Amino acid sequence: MDCEEQKDTEAKAPSVVDRYYTRWYRADMKGKPCEDHCILQHSNRICVVTLAETHPILQNDRTIKSINYQISNGCSRLNNKVSGKSKRGGQFLTDFAPLCRITCTDETEYTIYSCIRGRLLEVNECILETPSLLLEKPSTEGYIAVILPKFEETKSITENLLSREEFEKVLSKRAVAQPQPS
Amino acid sequence: MLPLKEKDKPIVQKLLAAGCCARCVLRFCCVSVHAAYRQPPQVRLHYSPGFKLGASGENNKSHDAAGSDAHEEPPSKRAKLEPGASGDMSGEDAAAVAGQRDEELRVCVVCVGVLQELCDATQASKVCVRVCSQMCWGLFSAVDELTCPFWILQHSCWLHVKKELREKSAKLDKDDVVQVKEAFKWVMQGLVAKELGGSTLCSQSKFEVGVEFSHPETDADCHFLASTCPDCFKPTKNKQSVFTRMAVVKALEKIPEDRHSPCPPRRPSSSCVPLDVQCLHASVFVAGRYNKFCRSLPQTPWLIDGERRMESSVEELIAAPVLSSFRAAGFNFSSSGREDVDVRTLGNGRPFAMELLNPHRSSFSTAQMKQLQETINKSSDKIRVRDLQIVSREAMSRMKEGEEEKTKSYTALVWTLKPIRRDDISFIDDIQDLTLDQKTPLRVLHRRALAVRHRVIHSMSARFLDSHHFYLSLKTQAGTYIKEFVHGDFGRTKPNMCELLKTDTDILELDVESVDVDWPPSIPE
Ligand SMILES: [Zn+2]
Repeated sequence: MDCEEQKDTEAKAPSVVDRYYTRWYRADMKGKPCEDHCILQHSNRICVVTLAETHPILQNDRTIKSINYQISNGCSRLNNKVSGKSKRGGQFLTDFAPLCRITCTDETEYTIYSCIRGRLLEVNECILETPSLLLEKPSTEGYIAVILPKFEETKSITENLLSREEFEKVLSKRAVAQPQPS
Repeated sequence: MLPLKEKDKPIVQKLLAAGCCARCVLRFCCVSVHAAYRQPPQVRLHYSPGFKLGASGENNKSHDAAGSDAHEEPPSKRAKLEPGASGDMSGEDAAAVAGQRDEELRVCVVCVGVLQELCDATQASKVCVRVCSQMCWGLFSAVDELTCPFWILQHSCWLHVKKELREKSAKLDKDDVVQVKEAFKWVMQGLVAKELGGSTLCSQSKFEVGVEFSHPETDADCHFLASTCPDCFKPTKNKQSVFTRMAVVKALEKIPEDRHSPCPPRRPSSSCVPLDVQCLHASVFVAGRYNKFCRSLPQTPWLIDGERRMESSVEELIAAPVLSSFRAAGFNFSSSGREDVDVRTLGNGRPFAMELLNPHRSSFSTAQMKQLQETINKSSDKIRVRDLQIVSREAMSRMKEGEEEKTKSYTALVWTLKPIRRDDISFIDDIQDLTLDQKTPLRVLHRRALAVRHRVIHSMSARFLDSHHFYLSLKTQAGTYIKEFVHGDFGRTKPNMCELLKTDTDILELDVESVDVDWPPSIPE
């Protein structure tokens, strides 16, 4: 029995990310202004590396030219393979391990970093085919990589990161220091 | 009667001279006739056939050594040979056996008393007192478990008569010697059964009585073994002691015969001490189907960092009444798949089975099972159980059999970002056998392998609710992750509802409507 009665749809329920993930931030990664990363940590300790909405790639209607997971001659994140429940064989990453390089059509290039210690489980190959996903849905389908921190480091890996609240403070300071040209 | 033959003579004499008891003589002569062991052997005639079993456990507390038997027995019986005892033996041999009587009243060098005064009606009575206080049913078989010293003594004695045994028959080997535990069982089973008053003994029984002995005097032999053969006794995580039967037997084989501990074994000054009686019943299996009506109830206890997250679980709500009815020591719960904490399971419910460990009650009538089911259902309104029944271990595997091929039906409440109209979602009804590529969902990836699984949604139907909500009914292959199909899991399930509707979608509620597994058999209400 269908009913046309309008449910309160404007009060939107929390999204999947809101419900199951905690957002952590790294501002000005490696001292580069505004190169903010956002780490989504699931309650099961799995972490998803994404671009923070303030990252330069997502500003000023940029278009992506290429995404490259080959971070050096010898190492491509695309070769990462994990097997079994224990995820054997995955590349182990530290905070500043590069994950990929993104080049925009204006020839600006950005490196995206792991931001946390852990085992690389997968990188997002969909954004290679459809780079626009990264711009349209940076915090879901446009994710960069999935990392599994060590069990014993579940809590400590986020110590160097900013909470949502702290990150917003950073953003308001940034706005005062460098007022955006309208 | 002792079914010994003329050709056993050299072995019998050598064993008696070494200090073996009569039952151990039978063992090393490889006699497997149970009745031979049940006969009070000549040397033990002081346990007359008329010996009364009336004494309770308390009264027998002090009755622990060979010496105390002496004044309980009619002396006239002592010298008497059991009628027909020497059927196949010459009178001379029988006399020789009788002549050894005084010698053999002493503790046997091989069984250290286990087949002597620890293997009689008094001991059986003690065992029964312990059994009755623990158990409430009839079928059982008795076994005893022996430890390291016994294996060493056994081996020493074997080396001692090996030559003679081989002369008797070339086919006889160490394995043909009757084990102490076998002989003990043959003697004790009948006595225990009699004591328990008409209990049925059967070797196929699921109920075991364990009798434990210790003999501190020969413990040193174990250490001799360990120091001679250290590589055989490496500590393992799960075992309490390094002196496992396997390790001891292996070490004994490795030690050269001439370097072995005394052969034949030294005469011990005391017999074994009975330690404890353990009653163990084989697992009983119970199966049924459960409904879960609550969106804040996990299937199994939910622990994070050792701390409980929810106050109860389906498993615990079912297990508590079952455990107390079966008086079981523990359980293992399994089910045909499982639902998330926030998912309800409606319809006929989800098949489950429980292994009940060491139950102290095992037979239940259909009516009693129905009663138990009622007790579970009255105890909580969060769950309901049906088709509760006792099943066999073999039948349990039917639940997991072909699980992948089975279908499950669900209803999901779906939210859409863009407003929808009735006809925007009607195309969903026409989708048939849609194959999904599902990467292991992020929410379970920490405990499951990363893989892409192909799962089929056989059919779907959408029921419009309002401009941002609709009910989605699905019939899917078992193992399909419904939540991920609806929200897409960061694009890791493809296709997903977001793609189909070209807007963000999310799942607000999920119900399992049916789990199509035809086991366990349904029980009419
Ligand atoms: Zn003996």
